Amino acid sequence: MNSRNPQLNENGALQHLLTTEGLPVSVLLHILDTAESFVGVTERDVKKIPLLRGKSIFNLFFEPSTRTRTTFEIAAKRLSADVINLNIAVSSESKGETLLDTVNNLSAMNADMFVVRHAQSGAAHLIAKHVRSDIRVINAGDGSHAHPTQALLDMFTIRRYKREFRNLRVAIIGDILHSRVARSQIHALTTLGVPEVRVIAPKTLLPKMVERLGVHVYHTMEKGLKDIDVLMMLRLQNERMTGANLPSFEEYFKYYGLTPEKLSLARRDAIVMHPGPMNRGVEIDSAVADGKQSVILPQVTFGIAVRMAVMSILAGNQT
Amino acid sequence: MQLPDAEELFQILAKKIRSAGIQNIALVGIHTGGVWLAQRLHQELDIQHPLGMLDVSFYRDDFDKRGLHAQVKPSEIPFDVEKSNILLVDDVLYTGRTIRAAINELFDYGRPGRISLAALIDRGGRQLPITPQYVGAKLKIPDNQMLELQRDDNDKLSLKIYDKTSNHE
Repeated sequence: MNSRNPQLNENGALQHLLTTEGLPVSVLLHILDTAESFVGVTERDVKKIPLLRGKSIFNLFFEPSTRTRTTFEIAAKRLSADVINLNIAVSSESKGETLLDTVNNLSAMNADMFVVRHAQSGAAHLIAKHVRSDIRVINAGDGSHAHPTQALLDMFTIRRYKREFRNLRVAIIGDILHSRVARSQIHALTTLGVPEVRVIAPKTLLPKMVERLGVHVYHTMEKGLKDIDVLMMLRLQNERMTGANLPSFEEYFKYYGLTPEKLSLARRDAIVMHPGPMNRGVEIDSAVADGKQSVILPQVTFGIAVRMAVMSILAGNQT
Repeated sequence: MQLPDAEELFQILAKKIRSAGIQNIALVGIHTGGVWLAQRLHQELDIQHPLGMLDVSFYRDDFDKRGLHAQVKPSEIPFDVEKSNILLVDDVLYTGRTIRAAINELFDYGRPGRISLAALIDRGGRQLPITPQYVGAKLKIPDNQMLELQRDDNDKLSLKIYDKTSNHE
């Protein structure tokens, strides 16, 4: 079996960004450090640099998303790339074209980079395997598998507020079972050296053998939030819920919704994160979402800088 | 090849800038050597405007060939560029492409009233129509060699020459 990480070229440079799993710490830090300089760019009057001028970036969204697609679009435009948005849920797939046919057609239009979101786990990997070697692929979320740019922007946010990873206790709270964000976060956090990652969720919302990812499992907020520095809330994925995972949203909120009372169980300087869009009153109380420990809006701002960093690193790395 | 003493060159450069008597000047150093020099000049010439720093990596014209440098440092222009009188500072002036990138970047912060250029060493070999106003020394360096400014733990500046084939850039 070929053991080489399909995301890296022979020199260990990032070729595609498909998952945070298996990425070396040096690659993660290079992305975070590069993003740091893009934050400066996004704060200027002219929020644009000429780095990717003349490059064509295709946003291939096989699954509806406004927020993520928009942040990728803004990131690409700030790098001076041309962005083409394709909402394929209502386009060729409904006419029966296969995923790879779609990609081949777009490659023939001289695409330089694909940003892919797909309901099927592994879709971005499949595309990366089949595209011409000079095309770059970024996974913008595949099924319940991975969402690496979200995890990277979360890491960036944590580093901004907490400086160091090696002395932190981090809790990921909510629907771990359906969450590609949680998986990518766990891999990134452990690679960056966070000594204690906890997941807090009811049994029905945890994948089997989640401990194998190196996390500590808690079923109550009371125990799980003690001494926590960073709370990473997850969105309750009602559209992915099949069957009776939950009795009701009210009951979920009662036990796992983040209220000011529950937040007070964590460290006093703990930060609260959420990948959005939030279900207020389901997984998070408005008083917390809008409170002074919340860094949810800065996450959105940093997300653009992080996506700029990923795009420019990929575009600059030779095949 | 006998290289001149960087500290002496710095004094020559500072003297030339001082005797030009330019008013209300703002300094912008180009990472990394240019920033060291700009920091020193900022003290030496008692400049009022806070010091600016540029990392021109995002504006380079060889991004397609070289990709992104491992450590891009944030650019920081802590004064209003609009109508300002900017002195760009770099260590070694060669092809002029770095200066082109720096000027482009400055214009993304605003429209400067004037930009002039100071370099510790002008090694010739220009590929663009760029001329420095202040130079510490002119040196003839073969094309297959790199000239680099270095700084030791006591902030002392020195010059080092490499063959281009080695890993130093």
